[in-house]
Amino acid sequence: MSAEPRLVEVRKNVLKQNDLVARALRDRFRQTGVFAVSLVSSPGAGKTTFLEKTLKSLQPRAKVAALVGDLATENDAARLARSLAPVKQITTGTICHLEAAMIQNALRDWEVGPLDFLFIENVGNLVCPSSYDLGEELRLVLLSVTEGEDKPLKYPTIFNSADVAVITKLDLAEAVEFDAAAAHKNIQAVRPGMPVLSLSAKTGQGMDEFLVFLEAQRRRREAVRLMPGSGR
Amino acid sequence: MHELSIAMSIVELAAEEAALCGNAQVLAVHLRLGSLSGVVKEALLSCYEMACASTSLEGSQLLIEEVPVEVFCPECQARRRIASPQSLCCPECGKPCSEVLQGKELELAALEIKG
Repeated sequence: MSAEPRLVEVRKNVLKQNDLVARALRDRFRQTGVFAVSLVSSPGAGKTTFLEKTLKSLQPRAKVAALVGDLATENDAARLARSLAPVKQITTGTICHLEAAMIQNALRDWEVGPLDFLFIENVGNLVCPSSYDLGEELRLVLLSVTEGEDKPLKYPTIFNSADVAVITKLDLAEAVEFDAAAAHKNIQAVRPGMPVLSLSAKTGQGMDEFLVFLEAQRRRREAVRLMPGSGR
Repeated sequence: MHELSIAMSIVELAAEEAALCGNAQVLAVHLRLGSLSGVVKEALLSCYEMACASTSLEGSQLLIEEVPVEVFCPECQARRRIASPQSLCCPECGKPCSEVLQGKELELAALEIKG
């Protein structure tokens, strides 16, 4: 042992603990055929209304459940429970994002039976959730028309970490003079090739297209899962 | 603001690694931080001291190397450095590049230790 200062190489991901748990969750979801979808957005972008409609629409033909993260209150879980799907609130206290271990804990002792879809509504925040893998298959980033078209440029990291962008509150687009072309351009600038869906959960406009998209994504994943030699 | 919990994860990981080196004293922690990591350098630096308080890392320094975003340009078939994460386009040909090769790092690169 030397008394001289020396440099030792480590090269380890700081969030390796989270990533390990996320990987275990993803493996488990895949093995059991659960398609996990997470939702991120700023507060008030319409995650809960959108999720409530999605749960209701999928219910007749698929087994669905939702985990919903918030700093405080169980209001969102109560709202989502109106869809009659199993819903569990994760109250994070002072933590501004969900972490993989919170998903793991919430799923423990939660008797929901086999699922086709598990939705995970993150805390309303466009910064912190981007660093944490939750084991989801698909991450949706929501952008409401009332927020302004330049949100993707202000928060490129979260848009880059997501797989699909969903423009919400389309029924208000005209009132707020929403520039759809600019929004699409900004999304493509920070995440080239990202699929974008526009809808209004309130009027139902665009919801069918979203559900078709979602079910196609799940079928595609299932085809890979059930492929001989995929090891699953 | 999640930099405090990130700083605490850094301290935890560094302490684990130092323990593997015979409980050496950590003088500095070298971190590689990507511009698409979702972590802000200044905020992380200001949280670091707090995260180190009353741990074996107390008094250590956090040295951050910023890692710029690099993408693969399908048009040029080449690795390209991007000036800003607000526009993932090839600086040479202008084509959008969806494949990010680096810039998401949040990596404990090395430890400077004594003892």
